[in-house]
Amino acid sequence: MTTQLIGEPVERREDARLLTGRARFIDDIHLPEMLHAAVLRSPHAKARFTRIDASAALALPGVHAVITHEDLGSANAPMPLLNEDPGFIYPRTHQALAPGQVRFVGEAVALVVADSRYLAEDALDLIEVDYVPEPAAVDLAAAAQPGAPLVHDDTESNVACRTADNTGDIESAFAAADFVLREELRPERGAAQPMETRGVVARYDASLEQLTIWDTTQAPVSARGVIADKLGMAEAAVTVIAPDVGGGFGVKIYLVYPEEVLVPFAARMLDRPVKWIEDRREHFIGSNHERLMVHRIEVAATKDGRILGIKDHFLYDSGAYCPYGPINAQCAQAILPGPYKIPAVHSTYEAVYTNTPTVSPYRGAGQPHGNFVTETAMNHVACALGLDAAEIRRRNLVRPEDCPWDSGRIFQGNTPFIHRDSDYPAQLAKALDALDYEGVKRSQPAEREQGIFRGAGIAFFVEGTGISPYEGVEVRVEPTGHVHVTTGYPSQGQGHHTTLAQVVAETLAVAPEQVVVESGRSDRFAWGVGTFASRSAVVGGSAALGAAKAVRARALDLASDELEVAPEDLVLEDGAVHVKGAPQMAVTLGALAYAANPINTLTSGAEPGLRAADYYRSPDGAIASGVHGAVVVVDVATGMVEIETYVVVHDCGVMINPTIVEGQILGGTAQGIGGAFYEKLRFDDDGQPLVTTFMDYLIPTAMEIPSIEIHHMESRCSLNPLGVKGVGEGGAIPAAAAFAGAVEDALEPFGATVRAVPLDPPAILALIEGRAES
Amino acid sequence: MKPPPFAYECPTEVADAVALLAAHGADARPLAGGQSLVPLLNFRLARPAVLVDLNRIAALGHVTVENGALRIGAMARQAAVEADPGVARGWPLLTDAISHIAHPQIRNRGTIGGSLAHNDPAAELPAVMLALDAEMTALGPEGTRTVPSGEFFAGTMETALAPDELLTEIRVPELPEGTGWSFREAARRQGDFALVAVAVLLRPSGSSSGIDARVVVTGTGDGPQRMREAEAVLAERGTGGDACEAAGNAAAQASEPADDPHAPAWYRQRLVAALTRRACREAAMRMGR
Repeated sequence: MTTQLIGEPVERREDARLLTGRARFIDDIHLPEMLHAAVLRSPHAKARFTRIDASAALALPGVHAVITHEDLGSANAPMPLLNEDPGFIYPRTHQALAPGQVRFVGEAVALVVADSRYLAEDALDLIEVDYVPEPAAVDLAAAAQPGAPLVHDDTESNVACRTADNTGDIESAFAAADFVLREELRPERGAAQPMETRGVVARYDASLEQLTIWDTTQAPVSARGVIADKLGMAEAAVTVIAPDVGGGFGVKIYLVYPEEVLVPFAARMLDRPVKWIEDRREHFIGSNHERLMVHRIEVAATKDGRILGIKDHFLYDSGAYCPYGPINAQCAQAILPGPYKIPAVHSTYEAVYTNTPTVSPYRGAGQPHGNFVTETAMNHVACALGLDAAEIRRRNLVRPEDCPWDSGRIFQGNTPFIHRDSDYPAQLAKALDALDYEGVKRSQPAEREQGIFRGAGIAFFVEGTGISPYEGVEVRVEPTGHVHVTTGYPSQGQGHHTTLAQVVAETLAVAPEQVVVESGRSDRFAWGVGTFASRSAVVGGSAALGAAKAVRARALDLASDELEVAPEDLVLEDGAVHVKGAPQMAVTLGALAYAANPINTLTSGAEPGLRAADYYRSPDGAIASGVHGAVVVVDVATGMVEIETYVVVHDCGVMINPTIVEGQILGGTAQGIGGAFYEKLRFDDDGQPLVTTFMDYLIPTAMEIPSIEIHHMESRCSLNPLGVKGVGEGGAIPAAAAFAGAVEDALEPFGATVRAVPLDPPAILALIEGRAES
Repeated sequence: MKPPPFAYECPTEVADAVALLAAHGADARPLAGGQSLVPLLNFRLARPAVLVDLNRIAALGHVTVENGALRIGAMARQAAVEADPGVARGWPLLTDAISHIAHPQIRNRGTIGGSLAHNDPAAELPAVMLALDAEMTALGPEGTRTVPSGEFFAGTMETALAPDELLTEIRVPELPEGTGWSFREAARRQGDFALVAVAVLLRPSGSSSGIDARVVVTGTGDGPQRMREAEAVLAERGTGGDACEAAGNAAAQASEPADDPHAPAWYRQRLVAALTRRACREAAMRMGR
């Protein structure tokens, strides 16, 4: 019989290795003769230099090299621009090592290679650079002004990109409005902070002229192309392997970070393996950040709460460079109308260079920002009109009978944002019920009399997932009967090997234990883009399904020859093909794979083996959606907040593995709560980072994250053969708005209005006391 | 984040440790539980030439009650003191405060003496020892001396210890029967250093209110601070009516926090007022039990 595996909470096959310490992360790779690298980083937000004196460092016993920009030659050419934007004015990308000018504290200036990391760090202390500091552009709003210090001297302004995305007749919308909300909303700067920092190990084999790179990248195939180009080598001579990687969340896809060029360069130059492991302080200053935007928004509404139009002008902090393109701003802009039928949305962003670390996507890629803006504005419009926050949402939602409903917005990957395959009103009803929303509201007057300030907040999210470009998967049946599945996109803990095995095993009617999955090695599968944007299940999963179906068809063809029975009279069950109604007339998949061995059968022009590869692109993506709800109690004497209840209602289509889906939601929500209440990166006026440790960057722990109640709504996605929608980022997207809404509701007697996240206790006390926000 | 080079000494006798400190002077640093010093080394913020590891000195690990007083060896682990039933019976303020220090893993390594000698301005133990009138025993080349806690804490990460002196023992006097106590802390996350913490002891006495109050606040300045105005309010008015609130306000007024990235000064003053008020009420409820 064929066992159903898609949809089952199959135990993660990765966990035994991960939980017993047998996984192999970058720092677990030890090679004979290996040397250790450390990076000299700029101590200035902006400075020029002409001379790097490494003589004392080189004189230290055990130091093998100090590499500066002058040593790199063409390897120091600017990195590629990954995403175009029609509004680009000054696209600027980084280089592996700063050539005479630094633009943020943490920018790489030199690489030391030594016998140990200890010695390499001793050598860093001995390198002298004749920096001449210059005024820096640090504050986002100030940096956008004419006359601000320039981050890039060959520009006339720090505005890197100015792009409008306008849908509908905005003038009519505002002309017809009974009420217009005007507001400035500000999600602050944060960072993903995966448990494992970045790292690179490189080995050059001079006898084969082959370079092997172990890299914490989310995109090994793509990274291979960039690294080969920078080092002037054939892609065929470069292998990039992403081994077990301890969390990515976007920060590990960049193409490429300086160290991904520098470490292989050093390994080839010295003909010794070289390891570089990023320490946490480096991760705070040398890896990318996220989140900071300032939105000036106007919302036109009728007095009964119909939203007629949104005008939004926002500044997006790009950091010092923009190699990823202003993707976060694009996504924030695309997501603005959320799940609501808003006839007109006009939005313009300015991506602004500042002398701070570069900004690139982190779980949600701008969608948490856009979501915070829209959902918070919904709350404020409701408050101004005397409506309930749930009711105003109900009145504006896209309803199932409206679908497909084209929002007119274009998402990342040039994906049209068309609502379909979900029931937003039902999601809202379920969330309100699970939250006991009415009960909370009913109890508020009596509780407030007793000095208890409890409130409920809700926030919708719609998430663009499963976007272009493509991924590929190859499925090959071995003569042993095992099924070998390979793909280019790697896992950073998502459980891809489990879910891919479920899809392939069900399609080929084999036990999942028979399926061997390999991913993230450019020498095993050299096509693919990477793991990002909640797309692996949609794009990679669909490719796996396609490849497995092709293998099944080939198996039936081969069995047809073997058994001399027409393919339509055959079935595939329990790892074997047999004649319908005659299970004894069977041939196993392993035997078919053996029969397909070219030794036995191949004629010129035919393909060998029982194998197939499939490549999948989802031009319309897949829109996931849901509602977060929180009930909080605010201590009005201290500004401390306790989250009493947290509910997630979501619809990610067919769930390949519900346990893995729940893990994604829990982790995402925890990161969302971090951004709502705890995590904020700060700089002083000179661009010095003030937050470079976990004592100061307050990632919530298991003690701070409440128990999260998850409700699944499974509406099959009509756009891909698996029926799935991505689920990787949805947890993180609406948490800030839900939390902020709950705090506002709790503090309603004080007239508190939230305009920025994270809300920290001083900010909450300031709301209570009506202070100018600190 | 690797430390610069240092020499490592690992004596097994207190006298040897003191001799090493005397020999190397300011170039040496004693290493207790390492929960603060090792990160400082890794950040290269501390660069001692010699580390004198105290972890092999068996004589410094005791936790005993003698003639009613508590004697804690400087190298006693925080977790050991937290779990000690004699401490919980006689000095529940100390037991409760230790549970606010970081996380169990850190308390397993961290020592009572290490925290006191390090004197982080937001640490719990200095505040508690000040509230409890503890006495510190220091051993130096000249021999042993005893320093009252009121003189021991000398400013941010400063104590009365000379570079060649070692804190060897903390002696905590017996509390009178019926003493009320409370420890209140506000931190962003479980286990973080306190934004503000308040230790309150209410001893029965012959004052007009029948209370001898001790109020100590930490997190607002350069170390634990006795709030004498708040103590005076309680000694005079007891804990009834709005006395606790008045004590909280007096403490807030006497505190002089500065703005820092975690909180503006005005916010810490609000915390001092709220936590002191709550701690006084809680301690009052425990009085006489």
